[in-house]
Amino acid sequence: MKDTEGYVTADGRQIGGTLMEMRNITLRFGGVVAIQDISFDIREGEVRAIIGPNGAGKSSMLNVISGFYTPSEGEVWYQGAKRPPMKPFEVARQGVARTFQNIALFEGMTVLDNVMTGRLTHMNAGIASQALWWGKARDEEMENREKVERVIDFLEIQNIRKTPVGRLPYGLKKRVELARALAAEPSLLLLDEPMAGMNVEEKEDMSRFILDVNDEFGTTICLIEHDMGVVMDLSDRVVVMDYGKKIGDGTPDEVRNNQDVIDAYLGVPH
Amino acid sequence: MAHMTMGAEGLRSVPALLTRNASQFGGSPAYREKEYGIWQSWTWAETAKEVEALALGLLNLGVNEGDFIAIIGRNRPYLYWSMVAAQSVGAIPVPLYQDAVAEEMEYVLDHCGARFAIVSDQEQVDKVIEVQDRLHQFEHMIYLDPRGLRKYDHTRLHQFSHVQDQGRAAHDEYIKELQARTAKLVYDSTCVMLYTSGTTGKPKGVVLSNRNIIETAKASSEFDHLRADDEVLAYLPMAWVGDFIFSIGQAYWTGFCVNCPESPETMMTDLREIAPSYYFAPPRVFETQLTQIMIRMEDAGAFKKKTFDYFMAHARKVGPAILDGHEVSTLDWLKYKLGEVMVYGPLKNALGFSNVRVGYTAGEAIGPEIFDFYRSLGINLKQLYGQTEASVFITQQPDGEVRSDTVGVPSPGVEIRIAENGEVFYRSPGVFVEYYKNAESTADTKDAEGWVATGDAGFIEEATGHLRIIDRAKDVGAMADGAMFAPKYVENKLKFYPNILEAVVFGAGRDRCCAFINIDLTAVGNWAERNNIAYASYQELAGHKQVLDTIQAHIEEVNASVAQDEMLSGCQVHRFLVLHKELDADDGELTRTRKVRRKIIGEKFEDLVTALYDGSTSVYTETEVTYEDGRKGKIKATLEIRDAKVVPATPQRMAAE
Repeated sequence: MKDTEGYVTADGRQIGGTLMEMRNITLRFGGVVAIQDISFDIREGEVRAIIGPNGAGKSSMLNVISGFYTPSEGEVWYQGAKRPPMKPFEVARQGVARTFQNIALFEGMTVLDNVMTGRLTHMNAGIASQALWWGKARDEEMENREKVERVIDFLEIQNIRKTPVGRLPYGLKKRVELARALAAEPSLLLLDEPMAGMNVEEKEDMSRFILDVNDEFGTTICLIEHDMGVVMDLSDRVVVMDYGKKIGDGTPDEVRNNQDVIDAYLGVPH
Repeated sequence: MAHMTMGAEGLRSVPALLTRNASQFGGSPAYREKEYGIWQSWTWAETAKEVEALALGLLNLGVNEGDFIAIIGRNRPYLYWSMVAAQSVGAIPVPLYQDAVAEEMEYVLDHCGARFAIVSDQEQVDKVIEVQDRLHQFEHMIYLDPRGLRKYDHTRLHQFSHVQDQGRAAHDEYIKELQARTAKLVYDSTCVMLYTSGTTGKPKGVVLSNRNIIETAKASSEFDHLRADDEVLAYLPMAWVGDFIFSIGQAYWTGFCVNCPESPETMMTDLREIAPSYYFAPPRVFETQLTQIMIRMEDAGAFKKKTFDYFMAHARKVGPAILDGHEVSTLDWLKYKLGEVMVYGPLKNALGFSNVRVGYTAGEAIGPEIFDFYRSLGINLKQLYGQTEASVFITQQPDGEVRSDTVGVPSPGVEIRIAENGEVFYRSPGVFVEYYKNAESTADTKDAEGWVATGDAGFIEEATGHLRIIDRAKDVGAMADGAMFAPKYVENKLKFYPNILEAVVFGAGRDRCCAFINIDLTAVGNWAERNNIAYASYQELAGHKQVLDTIQAHIEEVNASVAQDEMLSGCQVHRFLVLHKELDADDGELTRTRKVRRKIIGEKFEDLVTALYDGSTSVYTETEVTYEDGRKGKIKATLEIRDAKVVPATPQRMAAE
């Protein structure tokens, strides 16, 4: 699987070479094996989904990618280099941004301020300059604000720009989370159940935004999702996990017809 | 036609006005749009450059003189430029309603034979692509926002900025051609074609010439003393003639700035930030704003609420008089000034009306209370009466002569005639050229001398010379004794009460009028909640005795007000009932735009109409209803019929005011 050629998707998009590769990842918590010897890759420009029944280890996998967990065994390769054990913020600096299954926003702050926090990794003015809002801090803030406004425009949340997040409905909070992640201009965007708890209309909106992000910014997206309809429509390739093992990997069609996957989801008589 | 003015100082087209503005007001803002959280602005000089680049780009794409270019999208500077660019190359802009479904667009695009379309975003592109195979003449589409469109086939699809870039690149090749075409535009060239929404039948393309637009813009700008430093917020549909007159006609004539909101949802915030000096809104917008203020004041603290009530009462008393420049006592004046600091000023600021010098409402009747509320705050809100065929203006209210029940005096240059049957006719420099490809309709509407039928019935008040519109002409009938029957006139009066959602008045060919009433479930439900009245359904609430008492009181007040009008005093409601179901478009009782279908309702509830007229005090009825999922059901009810007090039809006009 070392080709850098990429492939062309059904709808004609060119997918690039390998962006991230998980090699024989195992993750243990004491005696519990959350992830067992899993390998897969994420290519530049693709929408990659990780699916599986409850407790399959999907979120753990995402946490390994984002650097929150360090795998017990195995290697993470990112942008052609092996990644040493890292803190999440270091991973974020490398261009990996994420959203959370349970919304993790600053409820008392406005949407704008929340999205601005996504630019944190791009700010490096000194504390004095920031306190006085003079010189470098000011230039930086203006530049970052412009980037943030583009994201706000893109996700169509202009009308809630100055609204405290705590006052927003769930579906919009999810969108604000996505905005914050996007503001970081990530090369890899991790979405942990972006549609969980949404109604049909909100799901449709979110799906469209995910596709648009991928299309417009060329952002590589790795997402975990329960809604099979959504996953099959959105993603280019799917990894299926069950009890910490990988039981399928391929295009949505391949996965859909994979007997192990069907068994995992529907259950098999013992 | 009647007025052959000197082509307004030789400025005989919108592109010519743009050239004048670019040299005369070159450095002052022509357009603003909020984007990326900031108001981006373009001066007149910059606008001229942008329009030129686009016009060159259009030539590069092969636009011919006389081509129609459809323009679809929300109010954005780029789309306004598109209209002027189209005119510059001798093409005719056809703005369409952006919320139209694909089939409606297909009809219009096919009818005018548009070869080009300039649209806002993916949504509109998709709609046009859906129908373009059936439009044999359609060629190129230009879009503004590239989002989601990257993967589309771009052989006949172009991004707006690219078209402009190509135009700039081909400047030397095409500039001569562009100048020649712009120079060819004369006063009678077509300026724009607007499709009327068409309540009956297919939409009709109203052709308006440069003469229509420029003469109208000139007259109306002078009427209200509009200035180059005025600000407007462009948020009403671009396909509507009013927006074309305000945002293109008057803006180019006087050189004021057109501001475009960031998105439809942010309209209210943007309104506050811009604080327009010239503002237009349909009655519905003013109504919603007033309701919001009142609800928020209910929740305010006791001190604030008291202050608000106290000063608002004072404003109602003297506000309109002060606005009209009448004398009031010094004490009242001082108190009003204090109120301005305490209440009116902050309130106007919150609404975005701090700077409004001229505000207009039109389209429907506005409730007198709503109207007076805004005027008492010192907002110069006025009414006008117009239609697409007149390039908007037929009548409008001059400063100092504003009332909620008239639509004003004839606009400058407009002649008005009332026909035998009460229908209003007008003739003006703004009268449209023709309905495109529809000579028959043109002849039906406009006679050889240029008089146009409005389809509305009304009369001119002798004392003031103001026009009063009563009803649609075809709805106006006669009662058994020959008195005029104008149901909508009475219904509108009834609907001004928040408790009444709909009213249907019967009486054509009968000896007296009777009415069906629909209560407003929100308003009445709110009242019931506060008074501990339990109810399980609309039907139950509608039949509640206290509700009926309230409605009866409303009707009697309306009767008293109707009685003061000599001509219409026969239209007082003698008997009424409150319907057991809400009138619904799904049941065919209302149109999709929520207009009452009188005839269908009369037929459907024939038993109830009979009961209203035969004197019975209650009636049992069964009605078929359609649920939202399409299933049908039946509602059974026994309805109480009540008599309402009527006022003897003695003329009391003097006592009225």
